[in-house]
Parts: sequence; structure tokens; C-alpha cells
Amino acid sequence: MQKKPPRHLPEESGQVPANGITRRDFFGMVWKALGILAALETAGMITTYFFSGKSKKLQTPKQLLEAGPVDSFGMNSVNAFMGGRFYLARQLDGGFIAISLRCTHLGCSISWEESKKRFICPCHSSAFDISGEVLNPPAARALDYYPVIIENGIVKVDISTLKERKTFRKDQLTYVQ
Amino acid sequence: MRSIFLHLHPLKISEQALRFDRTFGLGGMAALLIVLQIITGILLRFYYISSPAEAYNSIVFLKEQVLFGQFVRNIHYWSGVFLLLIAFLHFLRVFFTGAYRNARLVNWLFGLFILLLIVFANFTGYLLPWDQLAYWAITVSTNIIGYLPVFGESLRQALIGGRELNAGTLQNFFTFHTAVLPFLLIALVLYHFWRVRKVGGIMLPEPAEKPEMIPVMPNLVFKEFIVALVLLALVFLFAALFNAPLLDKANPAYSMNPTKAPWYFAGVQELLMHFHPFFAAFIIPLGVIVFLAWIPFLNFKDTPNGHWFISALGKQSSKATAIFSGVVTVAGILFNATIVNFEILLPGIPAMISNGIIPLSMLLLFMAGYYRFYLKRFSLSAAELVQVVFVFIMVAFIVLTITGIFFRGKDMELTLPWLM
Ligand code: FES
Repeated sequence: MQKKPPRHLPEESGQVPANGITRRDFFGMVWKALGILAALETAGMITTYFFSGKSKKLQTPKQLLEAGPVDSFGMNSVNAFMGGRFYLARQLDGGFIAISLRCTHLGCSISWEESKKRFICPCHSSAFDISGEVLNPPAARALDYYPVIIENGIVKVDISTLKERKTFRKDQLTYVQ
Repeated sequence: MRSIFLHLHPLKISEQALRFDRTFGLGGMAALLIVLQIITGILLRFYYISSPAEAYNSIVFLKEQVLFGQFVRNIHYWSGVFLLLIAFLHFLRVFFTGAYRNARLVNWLFGLFILLLIVFANFTGYLLPWDQLAYWAITVSTNIIGYLPVFGESLRQALIGGRELNAGTLQNFFTFHTAVLPFLLIALVLYHFWRVRKVGGIMLPEPAEKPEMIPVMPNLVFKEFIVALVLLALVFLFAALFNAPLLDKANPAYSMNPTKAPWYFAGVQELLMHFHPFFAAFIIPLGVIVFLAWIPFLNFKDTPNGHWFISALGKQSSKATAIFSGVVTVAGILFNATIVNFEILLPGIPAMISNGIIPLSMLLLFMAGYYRFYLKRFSLSAAELVQVVFVFIMVAFIVLTITGIFFRGKDMELTLPWLM
């Protein structure tokens, strides 16, 4: 292959300015800066594109699930609502709480063990009592829960709002007025 | 085709470089497996449907109705397993022949990055069948991310597109697995090869006299061909004999007992049995990765020279450390599982301290003691000492992984493999 003749470059034959930056150097730097800016903008755009839609996408509008009349749930009993992904637990004192299936350790689904009156997680054997309080680690937090509303003697669970908690407190329960 | 392939090679190489025990051909094998993954992956994509309702059924259809469907899936599965194993062995080989200094520094870092990408590629592929195994393994693994400080929970929800696994998760993983990662891997692997050529081929000991140069065609190319054929035969054999796992369709209401992480995360999973998640899944793995990336920047007076394990002393100290680390890790697992559980022992203190800072500092003190002992007892060079630390960590990692895969049964209790 033949070598191309060198292009005619005017600034090379001219004088170098006092500060040592030729016009060509200057444009080189401008191009570089623009390039970096464009790369950053693109990266920023992709990041926001990726993250902004993800966590909101599945937020559901307020959704009440009717569990049934108050009297159908005995004291100190637990009923599974797999469709709503919760257990409706009625405490000894009559208070209701809707406990999420999701173990607070690493997210497996807990199940109710009637003979021992406790929730157990099959994955790493965490255990929780009927209020969702931790009985056995590795789980470190009480189970999440959904707010319970009682209207005209009917128990309803707001399955669109999942509530997190460190430990069980009395005010998480709902009572019949 | 032939010229592209030959283009990756120089015209002539040193006769020394041809010895099989220099590299065991591991890098080349990994590249071949990536090609195999891409071909079988494309074939699978013709049948796979990436929605929770259809994904599982499409795999069942593939297995039962498509000629060679099961076989193609098995090849994809087994070459994925082999790829991870061989890339890991390649990484060990590069370390132990000292091929990570000076001009090779950049390639060491890129190699680490490629290894992480291969893990991520395996991980994203794990979910796609949407069976019980996939669903719960990915649930548990992604929940670990939620324990990272500050941004952990939002990162987890961005990755899986919601609070729990859903259609968005599957779409995310599918896109990573079949678009983002293959492109990245191809580009990075080509660059990785090109850099090896640029520094003048594989790492070799300083020769006494000028080595004889011989043409790659046919000397090297012929050898590569044989290695490739043997590897392919092995993968096909596995694919013919052992089916890729497929359990029942995912059921979000029912967790499996035990639910295990994918096998390459079994080491982290085992750590989770002993440490608070923040330490097990974040501090310790990050520490190891930073250590690995940092190795070539350490200022040794003596440079590793292309000899396996640097020297006879280096080899001896590596062996002794491997045995020691293995024994200590097993003892630690048994000790923590049966005798002392810090979380139960110290109920008043936050789990982060009782089950995190306390056992971790005990471990670090122990390792520092071992390091000091070696420093005093034997006159190891800096490079040989780093090698001792490296061996310690790698053996511990391997032992943890094996424990997690084979010795954890129902309720994640320790058992023997044949009782599982
Ligand atoms: S996920 Fe429930 S104990 Fe680990």
C-alpha cells in the first residue's frame, strides 16, 4: 500500500502561541470534553431510565380484601388467605392482625404450625409467634403486616399497604368496637 | 473463518509456551464454552417465553415436544456449569503462575470482571425456568441485596421490579441474560485475548538462552483443536447422561425445604449461616474482591517469575496453608453450628454486633496471627506471603461452597450428603 501524502496543516507551519497551546490542541481538548460530557449524559440517562420505573411499577391502588364476618374467627386462631398472601391471626384478646407470608430473613413463605401455635419458615427455620414476633433467629424483625379494618362486623384487609415493623406492639392490632 | 481464528494467534511462539502444564488450556476452553453458550442460548430462545404464566410451560414443551429440545437445554446447562468452573480454574492458574503483574495488571483486572460477569450470567439464567428451584433460590439471593446499607432495598426492588418476584423480574433477568451480558462478555473476552497477545503471549519463566520459536500452525493450533474436541465430548456426555433440573412450576405461597442458593453462591449461603447478612453477603465478599483486585498493585521487591507457586518454598507454604485453612474452616463451621451461637449466646446485643463484628474480628485476628507466624517462622518473600493469604482465602471459600452444596439438608441443618 502506498503512503498517503501528509495533509497540509496550516497551524504546524505557523508560530506556536505564547501559552504553548496551538489551535489544534485546543480543539482536541474541546472534543475530548464534549465526548466525556456526552458519555456522562448517556450513562445518567440509562441509569434513571432503569431505576425510575422499576420500584413504582407495581404499586397497586388501595385494595380491600374481605376476609369474612368477625364471628367466624375464633380467639387464638390463624386462617390462611393465600390469594392475599397473608395469614389472618386473631390474638387471645380478640385483636386482629393480617400477617404477611414473607419471612423477614430472606423472603421465603412462612407456614402456620397449629400444633406448636407458631409460624415457621422452611428455609432457615426462623420461627414467629401468633402476633408475628420473632421466636427464633436468623430472622431479626417481626413479620410484616397489612392493616385490618372492621366495618359492620366484616373483617377487611388492606392488601395494598404492607407495613414493616421491628417488634410487635399492641397498636398494630385491630379490635371490634 | 480460518483467518479470523488464526488472527488471534501470533505467527510464531516460543516452544516453552506449548507445554500443556503452563496453562492447561483453560482460557481457551472458557472461550469455547462461551461460544457454545451463545449457540445453544440462541436455540433455546426460539422456544422460551419470558412471562411467569408461560415460561415454565415453554420449557416443558421444549423437553417433551421438541426434537433434541432436552438435549440442547442440557448442553446449555452443563456448559454453563463448566464455564464457571473452568473460568475459576483459569483464574487460579493465572494467580499461581504469577501472570498478573506489570504489563498484565490490566488483564488481571479485566479477568476478574469477566469472572464476575460469568457469575451474573449464570445467576440471571437460573431464574428463567420459573420452577420452584429457580423461584426460591432467586428470592433468597435477591433478598440478600436488601441488607446492603442505605441503597440496598431500593437496589433490590429495582432489580426485581417490585417487592417480590414478578413478571418484571423475569423480564429484567431475561434481558440481562440474553442481551446485556452476552454482548459485554464477547467484547471483554476479545479484549482479554488481544491483551495477552500484546504483552507477548502467556507468562513464561525467564529462559536461560533464547528459546526456539516455532510456527503456531500446526503446532499450537493442532493442540487447541484436540483440547476443544475433548472438552466438547465431555460436555455432550454430561448433557446426555444428566438432565438439567426442572421441578414443579413456581408457587409463591409454598417455599421449598431446604431452599438453597444457586450452587456457586453456596459459599455465601454458608457464610449466611454464621454471620449477619450484612457481613456474610457484603463486607466479606467485597473484602475478598478488593483484595484480589489489589494484589497486582502491591509493591513486591521480587516479581513472580512464571514458575508455578513462585518457588519450592512457595509451593510448600501453599500446601501447608491449604491443609490448615481447610481444617480451620471445617472446625469453624462445626463449632459455630453446634457449640457456640453468638446470637443466642448474647441475646441483648444487636445481631449486627453479636453475629457480625464479634465473629469477624475473631476470624481476622486468627488470620493475622497465622500471617505473623509465617512471617517469623519462614523467611518467605512478600510475593510468597501474599500467595499464602490467597491460598487461605480460596481454600476456605471452596470448603464453604462444598459444605453449602453437599452438607446442608432439611431446615438447612448440617447433614451428610447420602442422608439428604
Ligand atoms: S428466609 Fe425465613 S429463615 Fe431464612
